[in-house]
Order: sequence, then structure tokens, then C-alpha cells
Amino acid sequence: MVQVCVIYDKIRFEERILHNKITEKGFTSNLVDGKSLVFNTNSEKVDFELGDIIFQREISHYRGLYVTSCLESLGFKVINPFSVSEICGNKLLTSLALVKHHVPTPNTSFAFSSSSALQLMDKLGYPLVVKPLVGSWGRGVYLIKDRSAAEILIDSREEIGSPLSRIYYIQEKIDRPPRDIRCIVIAENIVASIYRNAAENEWLTNVAIGGTTEQVQMNPELEEITLRAAKAVGGGILGIDLMEDTKRGYLVHEINNTVEFRGASMVSTQDIPAAMIDYLVHECRK
Amino acid sequence: MNIECKDCGAQITVTQDSMVGEIITCPDCGADFEITLKKGELIEIKPAESVGEDWGQ
Ligand SMILES: Nc1ncnc2c1ncn2[C@@H]1O[C@H](COP(=O)(O)OP(=O)(O)O)[C@@H](O)[C@H]1O
Ligand SMILES: [Mg+2]
Ligand SMILES: [Zn+2]
Repeated sequence: MVQVCVIYDKIRFEERILHNKITEKGFTSNLVDGKSLVFNTNSEKVDFELGDIIFQREISHYRGLYVTSCLESLGFKVINPFSVSEICGNKLLTSLALVKHHVPTPNTSFAFSSSSALQLMDKLGYPLVVKPLVGSWGRGVYLIKDRSAAEILIDSREEIGSPLSRIYYIQEKIDRPPRDIRCIVIAENIVASIYRNAAENEWLTNVAIGGTTEQVQMNPELEEITLRAAKAVGGGILGIDLMEDTKRGYLVHEINNTVEFRGASMVSTQDIPAAMIDYLVHECRK
Repeated sequence: MNIECKDCGAQITVTQDSMVGEIITCPDCGADFEITLKKGELIEIKPAESVGEDWGQ
């Protein structure tokens, strides 16, 4: 019998449902706390009774990434693989992958010091959207309306003082309706597509900060762009986020690697966790 | 089922279907705890890891 291992940092709605679905489908579920794993250069696959396939669901980008690299080096198959997680967990790498594969994406600039970031923002002109390279749920994503806001942002980044805080990801502000689109892709299938409407008085549309959801009617263009975006980062189980630019149409702005699907589940007609499990089992039988 | 908050001593309710690894929040002081053991009526908790900069989906 197939044993599916779900690695978590903490059990969210999603991990609990995944665990139930695995059991429901007659497979064995092994929920493993990624925070408790330790590895050694002499470790062997048999030392770890994890399962036949690993579903990496850790919330911490770096922990998930390095746990995955250890597991892969032992010979475990991990979804999503290291190569995909590395790109999706980092907005700069994601933008580069999208551009390389000709996926429409917002115009984005990168600067590698505070002074060059300020110069660059002045040159680009305001408003601009600045985001941390790593992170999610809308945290640290700021709409920079003018130079004084840019200065405040740069000061706060200097105060954080971490290596990543000195790398600036600066994006044009997209003229869009107060919503964005989340498509959940599993291999070559779009299993859910939803609008995420911004909460009142909030320009961000993240469900984590009160955005509401609604089903999207798929169309060939949206489908094509979404699948191309998934392919650009290496495929697997992904959440592709798009905005609807009033002039240019769909633009992909983010790809999520350990996609949350609570909001999507409520409006989608498909059984999202079941589709994920089917894919995992299919992958491990390959 | 109830368990005492390690910070303020208030009672935190743990539902029947909650699992090891889940995070529970104290209704009084807001502290987060991770369930580390759940066997029948026996429950153990530890302070949850605080939200990291690199957390997300
Ligand atoms: N360039 C932009 N123009 C307008 N709105 C944006 C832009 N970039 C992001 N947003 C809004 O901010 C939200 C969060 O940005 P996102 O890039 O998805 O970061 P996170 O990883 O924190 O979710 C998006 O869902 C969208 O609503
Ligand atoms: Mg997002
Ligand atoms: Zn308390």
C-alpha cells in the first residue's frame, strides 16, 4: 500500500484535509513534523521510515527547501522538488523564469543596494510596488506612492539588516480591478480558479488578510497563460496568481509552492485535495 | 477537552478531532501553542514557533 508522507511545520486546514483524504482513498498517511527531522552525511534512505512519496508542505521557505534537498539526496521523491521550490519561494527567481518562458508578468526591476534602489525608484517614477524577495500573505508588500514613502521603506529595510532586505524587488503598479486570480495547477490540469476580492479599504487581495473568493469562468487565454507559467517554474502542484491589467490582460505575478486551498475549496466544484493525492500517487508509481 | 495556558493559566479548549502539530491559541492572552502529544485525554503543548519572515505558501 502506498504511504504518502506530508511534511509540515504546523497543521493548517490544508494538511488536516490532506491527511483525511489520503486515508479515505485507502493509502497510508504519515504526517511528519519537518522541525523534528535531522540528517547526517552518512544518512541512508532506510533510516527514514517516511513513505513512498513526500508532499512538502512546510510554511518556512528555507526550512522546506533544505529539508527537501536532504530528502532528495537520500533518494526520496519530493513534490514539489527542490528546483521548483527554490524558484517559487523567491520572487526575483520567479520573475526571471516567467520572462524566460515568455509568460506575461508585471514589469519589475531589481536593485542590490539601498542607494541604487532609491535612484531606480526615482527614475521609474511613482507609484511603485515593492515586495520582499521571500515571504507571503501580503506581508511586506508596499504601495510606494512617492519619494518620501520610498525613503521610509529603505530606512526600515536598512534596520532589518538581513542580506535579503538589501535586495529590492520593485514593480510597476498594475491598474486592475480590486481582485486577482488564483489558479491551482496540478501537472497539466487546472483544478481550481478563483477570484480573490480585496477586503474593503485594502489594496491587497490575499485571503490571509480578509479577501473573499468567487469562482472564475475559465477561458482559453487564461488557461494557456496559467499552464505556461506552471511549466516555466518546473511544474508540479502550484498556485498561480494573476492580475487582470486593464490594458494588457492577464499578468502572472506570483507562483506559490505550498499552495493554500481553503478559500478555493469553498467555491470550487472539484475536490482539490483528492486531485493532489491522485497526482502524488501517480508520481510515486512512475 | 481543556488544557491550561502555559503563559496565563487560562483554559484552552482542544477539540476532539485536533491533531498533533496543530496550533491552538489561548482565548485570554492570545499565546499560540503547538499540540505535541494527544493520547486519549492526555494532551501536551509547547509554545509555537513564532511567525518567520520566510513563512508563507
Ligand atoms: N504590481 C502590483 N500592482 C497592483 N497590485 C499588486 C501588485 N503586486 C501585488 N499586488 C497585490 O498585492 C497582493 C500581494 O502580492 P504578491 O506578489 O502576491 O505577494 P505575496 O506573496 O505576499 O502574496 C497581490 O495578491 C495583489 O493583490
Ligand atoms: Mg500572493
Ligand atoms: Zn493564555
